Amino acid sequence: MTANSAALIDTLPAGAREANQPSSLVAHFGMDEPLRLDAGRDLAPFQIAYNTYGELNADKSNAILVCHALTGDQYAASISPVTGRPGWWSSLIGPGKPIDTSRYFVISSNVIGGCMGTTGPASIDPATGEPYGLNLPVITIRDMVRAQAMLVDRLGIDTLFAVVGGSMGGMQVLQWTVSYPNRVFAALPIATGARHSSQNIAFHEVGRQAVMADPDWRGGRYIVEGTRPKKGLAVARMAAHVTYLSEAALARKFGRNLQDREAFGFGFDADFQIESYLRYQGMTFVDRFDANSYLYMTRATDYFDIAADYGGRLADAFKGTSTRFGLVSFSSDWLFPTTEHRAIVHALNAAAASVSFVEIETDKGHDAFLLDEPRFHDVVNGFLSSAARARGII
Amino acid sequence: MDTLVPTSRIVTGNVRVDLQVIADLVTPGARVLDVGSGDGSLLELLATAKGVDGRGIELSQEGVNECVARGLSVIQGDADRDLVYYPDAAFDYVILSQTIQATRNPKIVLSELLRIGHRAIVSFPNFGHWSIRMSLGLRGRMPMTENLSHSWYETPNIHFCTIRDFVALSGELGATVETAFALNAAGQKMWMTMPWAFWNLFGQQAVFVLRR
Repeated sequence: MTANSAALIDTLPAGAREANQPSSLVAHFGMDEPLRLDAGRDLAPFQIAYNTYGELNADKSNAILVCHALTGDQYAASISPVTGRPGWWSSLIGPGKPIDTSRYFVISSNVIGGCMGTTGPASIDPATGEPYGLNLPVITIRDMVRAQAMLVDRLGIDTLFAVVGGSMGGMQVLQWTVSYPNRVFAALPIATGARHSSQNIAFHEVGRQAVMADPDWRGGRYIVEGTRPKKGLAVARMAAHVTYLSEAALARKFGRNLQDREAFGFGFDADFQIESYLRYQGMTFVDRFDANSYLYMTRATDYFDIAADYGGRLADAFKGTSTRFGLVSFSSDWLFPTTEHRAIVHALNAAAASVSFVEIETDKGHDAFLLDEPRFHDVVNGFLSSAARARGII
Repeated sequence: MDTLVPTSRIVTGNVRVDLQVIADLVTPGARVLDVGSGDGSLLELLATAKGVDGRGIELSQEGVNECVARGLSVIQGDADRDLVYYPDAAFDYVILSQTIQATRNPKIVLSELLRIGHRAIVSFPNFGHWSIRMSLGLRGRMPMTENLSHSWYETPNIHFCTIRDFVALSGELGATVETAFALNAAGQKMWMTMPWAFWNLFGQQAVFVLRR
């Protein structure tokens, strides 16, 4: 890192500093270990920021890779240095919890293209001394998984006991089983799909347009130019957040209730509680997430389509797999509805794979995979425990 | 699958007799698909007693949750809709226990079982049993017995058949009956050494092993 870029990092807001000098563990990969990107370019050097929980056993057979969703990070079960809040899956990961850290060694890494310390658009490009911005090649889910495999190699682990994740994390799980079928003993993709649907791409495009329409985005050069596209990113988050909920949950939580007032204001303030709630979600999001990274993450999921790599036949992607699959969907999730999961299950059946599938009844929408859903947790626990017995871990 | 209450509640060594009867038909280490796996009791028995590589399909969420929590490979689905996704001859045995009468299209389901499995094991309540004939013939009412406990207007069992009906359907599908026996009220085997008509009258349940 040049003195110039070090000086630049010092001037960055706290969130952007984490993008270069994360508080977590970091694995560095030099010029001799490039990451092959689907975009046709090599990324080198690069780094992966990660956390681990629990202990790796002697024969290295108890490692679980936890994959995060669109705006998640490596702080799955620890306090986020940016928000100061508990990790996004702290209800699921820990001693005695379904992903039991007294049994398993849990690895949680920030994806390539992210903004919490793994190389992404907010990272300093050593070639220029400035943040990559849009000079970073577009990242795919396969690239993320390829990078994770390099981290797993670095940790000296050959076969992962399990790969677990929800939403975009679930896509990574599926990609792992296809890219490295012999390195995954059990796979638990949750609230996800084998491809991003047209409707999902549409919502992502709305978000990207909101970011890019913000004059402070500056063609992606906002860090160098000292601005931040807060309004655009907040609107993107607000639109996306609606897709994470369900009509029933919105009606239950907010209904048509007014916010701190008895009657309509006859203006365009946040009259309704739901408006106030969404504005808050948007506002807090921009403090913890990089706008360009949001573009890269949404693009990666849009490009995701496993079957397309196998002549349109999803079953062919899983041919000969010996991985034990467990799929979980949530009944009110309209972003990744149960039908998407059934399509994967049917493909796995056609490939004669070992597969369990549960649809959890809930009105909490897509977000349910991040929430304290006892029946969901029971399923995760049951699936992992039986796989652990089969693997000889417990 | 909303299954019937099994005839026999006799338990030996904590295993339900009707499940044990089916498990006895399966060769050790076989690949088995259990259609309508309920809470997973049969799959678990097959795994522990026979070292079977088992898979299941179950309609109810509670059933699937229970199965997955027990470590069984079970998916949420139903016999009418989901069998089509399995490849030919993927399993040594496909088991349909106390479920065929609740399917929408038993003929298609049975032919799918024969396509997916080298053998199909089907058990069902015999609607030709004398007590059922009595109920309909003498009382003029749809039968409600201990193991057929639903009223006609709320029963999930929409396609009852007798043992002779099932034999006829098997013939129509060109299937070979490898083994067949009836169970009496105590859940004990009555081997088919008597004419069908006899067991059709006195067998409370029937168990068939078919192959293509």
